[in-house]
Amino acid sequence: MEHAIEMIGITKTFPGVIANDNVTLEVASQEVHALLGENGAGKSTLMSILFGAYNADSGTIRIHGNEVDIKDPNVATELGIGMVHQHFKLVHNYTVTENIVLGMEPKNRLGVLDIRQAEKRVAKLSDMYGLRVDPTELVENITVGAQQRVEILKTLYRNAKIIIFDEPTAVLTPQEIDELIEIIRRLKAEGKTILLITHKLKEIKAVADRCTVLRRGKYIGTVDVSTATEQHLAEMMVGRAVQFEIEKQPAQIGDVVLSVRNLSVADGLGNLKLKDFSVDVHRGEIVGIAGVDGNGQTELLYGLSGLSPVVQGTILLDGNDITHATIRRRIELGLGHIPEDRQRHGLVSDFTISENSVLKNYYKAPFSKKYGILDYEKIDADAEDLIEQFDIRAGRGVGTIAGSLSGGNQQKVIVAREIHLSPHVLLVAQPTRGLDVGAIEYIRHRIIAERDKGRAILLVSFELDEIMNLCDRIATISKGAVVGIFEQHEVTEREIGMMMMAGAKSDGGEA
Amino acid sequence: MSTNLKKETLATRILGSDGAVSVLVVLLGFLVGTILVGMVGRNPLNMYKAILQALSGYNIDNGRMNVRYIGETLNYSVPFILCGFSMAFAARAGLFNIGGEGQYIMGMTVAQIIGLLGPAVTGLHWILAITGAMVVGAFWGGIVGILKAKFEVSEVVSTIMLNYVALYLSRIISLQLPGATTYKTANYPDTALLNNPFFRTITNNSMLNNGFFLMIIAVVVYWFIMEKTNLGFGLRATGFNREAARCSGIPVVKSIAISMAIAGAFAGLAGGIVALGSFRYGRVLSGMDNYGFNGIAVALVGNNTALGTMLAGALFGLLKNSQALMQSKQIPKEITFIIQGLIVVFIALRAAIALYFAWRSKRQLQKEVLKK
Repeated sequence: MEHAIEMIGITKTFPGVIANDNVTLEVASQEVHALLGENGAGKSTLMSILFGAYNADSGTIRIHGNEVDIKDPNVATELGIGMVHQHFKLVHNYTVTENIVLGMEPKNRLGVLDIRQAEKRVAKLSDMYGLRVDPTELVENITVGAQQRVEILKTLYRNAKIIIFDEPTAVLTPQEIDELIEIIRRLKAEGKTILLITHKLKEIKAVADRCTVLRRGKYIGTVDVSTATEQHLAEMMVGRAVQFEIEKQPAQIGDVVLSVRNLSVADGLGNLKLKDFSVDVHRGEIVGIAGVDGNGQTELLYGLSGLSPVVQGTILLDGNDITHATIRRRIELGLGHIPEDRQRHGLVSDFTISENSVLKNYYKAPFSKKYGILDYEKIDADAEDLIEQFDIRAGRGVGTIAGSLSGGNQQKVIVAREIHLSPHVLLVAQPTRGLDVGAIEYIRHRIIAERDKGRAILLVSFELDEIMNLCDRIATISKGAVVGIFEQHEVTEREIGMMMMAGAKSDGGEA
Repeated sequence: MSTNLKKETLATRILGSDGAVSVLVVLLGFLVGTILVGMVGRNPLNMYKAILQALSGYNIDNGRMNVRYIGETLNYSVPFILCGFSMAFAARAGLFNIGGEGQYIMGMTVAQIIGLLGPAVTGLHWILAITGAMVVGAFWGGIVGILKAKFEVSEVVSTIMLNYVALYLSRIISLQLPGATTYKTANYPDTALLNNPFFRTITNNSMLNNGFFLMIIAVVVYWFIMEKTNLGFGLRATGFNREAARCSGIPVVKSIAISMAIAGAFAGLAGGIVALGSFRYGRVLSGMDNYGFNGIAVALVGNNTALGTMLAGALFGLLKNSQALMQSKQIPKEITFIIQGLIVVFIALRAAIALYFAWRSKRQLQKEVLKK
């Protein structure tokens, strides 16, 4: 078997951390090879070394059998290695072609930019691999899926033989994921070698030939995907048995707690992104909002939590009209919120765990005594309890700075705080985005447990899996309006996917 | 991921502590200052003799002791420290208060008005004047806070503009006061002065006055509000992450307005103390005293903490008091400004120093891993 990539005995350290400890990765020519591991397992570091963004402290790299020294990304490009980043590196007000040629603009004899020539080549490449991208369209006008295909074209335009995909499905809808898998198969058929970084087992089963697993910076093993079960892969990744399906009792549905009527909310620029939205959430149920990112979910959450003013409609919480109430009043009436953007809205990352745990009720007894004096002993003791209850892994206990925690533990701090406030209604947005398997499992269980305690929960997630698994009722949202509301077992994932797409942006034109 | 966090080197521990970095930076500033003095052909030792005399009152050349210098150093420190708090308090809430100077001038002006026209009652008169200074300082800062909180007006721009409004407004007002000439007014009645006969006696007739007490109270108040109260908690949360604070129900608009008002009160207090403590008459300002601007540097060196800002302010006071002594020893007094400037530059370089140490500790870790 000829090897396209051999990375042997790679070690890479960062201050205080060994990100890769003697890791070996061997990728055969023209195979789809998955690199599997939880967040922080060292996948991205290893790929950054291959792409020349970091230099390894020790170890050898061979590309197509030749030992190479990849000092910077330009060397990697010359060697035919291309990378499709998780966060696209595109200029929004440039056309597709302009983005693709950026840094290696074609010039005619007079040294003037010749974009026509490039457009032709982009169109040809796009056809050849079935990427369906219009070379003259502005990047800001095309869907996320199409933007990703522009990134793929970028690597192809630079004659990449080896293409690295970094968590490519994180931002895609189910349909777009299927399309991407098709594209990957096509790339393989055309002789490319694909390296897929992911922590999603389904995709590996769907598209990869072999899979290398990393755990905590160490090489665990390489397996043939066709012979390994998802269960087996998950165990290799996490280091213990993992439960996939969440067991939950039938919902004990009570009265309406949160009643949203004809709600309209605008985004920051004044565009009405949520129109006439109505939904009821009862005690003891989880209502899911399924939809493609950018269809009014953010405005719904902002309107409900008070971050954005409501243009029209009413919000009733336990019969109290909170449509125009201050955020603090909403919290006091029992509205909990696990925000979409945990760094921006959920945590003060320079504060300690203790301080973050009382962010919403620090001014009340028992945390504040007479004359507004804080009782830090009480605050710390309380946070101590939360750390234990919610299994938050913090190096320095309650005094640990929140920003130094891993993503999963940061989310646990937020979840702990919100649940500890025992709200009547809990708004949950993207609770498991970017978290590893262990943390996802845990947080989903806590959400179910809250439901069983009789809380009303509104869950917004772009991961259909999560919606299908957790919710008792599912509302699909498109262009800021409800498309349909269903009981959990009434619909399939595919049907919901279709409804989500009903209002999505155009697909970048059929080139 | 295996960690090696427990093995912290001395260097990383120093850099982990803001206070230690500040000390390091001050030492660096003096080191470069010393070299500069040497380069212009003067004896750097004379600079340190002057500083020692300003600090301890001991004249190493003739062996004489004069405690008056200590008193003057402390007196000079007071406005630096208070203007430092003005900057620091706003900074903790995430605001950049360049308006310390304007708030200081307004405080000074109102203290002068009350000092000249207020009820000449012993014990009450100066307290009234100082209170007025704080209130007007709070008002001057509060305007900025409200503009920022309600209308998103950049506090950097509005404070700078208000500094000039304050300066010329102060001139207009002061020229109307009794006995006003182009540069001064009539003398205050004795009841308006911050004069403290006890301080005067023990410091051999220095200008040290009740303002020193007020400053100490301000240090305690600053520390207490910031670290111990829920008001401070809300302000700090707003300063670190305004959006998260808002999302958690903290009234951010109110927090910003309050923090600018309190910041202004600190600077106003400084103005009042200088007006009634260091002068016997009201001044018609022709330029700025620059205490407000120096307060920015003081807060930077002091890391916006109560103790740090107090020590940094004391350092600036010490340098100011040693200027005259330096000149008498053929050291150009401008060296003190150079040292202050260098300290600020080195503070700004802090990120670079941190990067260097991060790189070094990484190298060390690499060696350990490879040895394994």
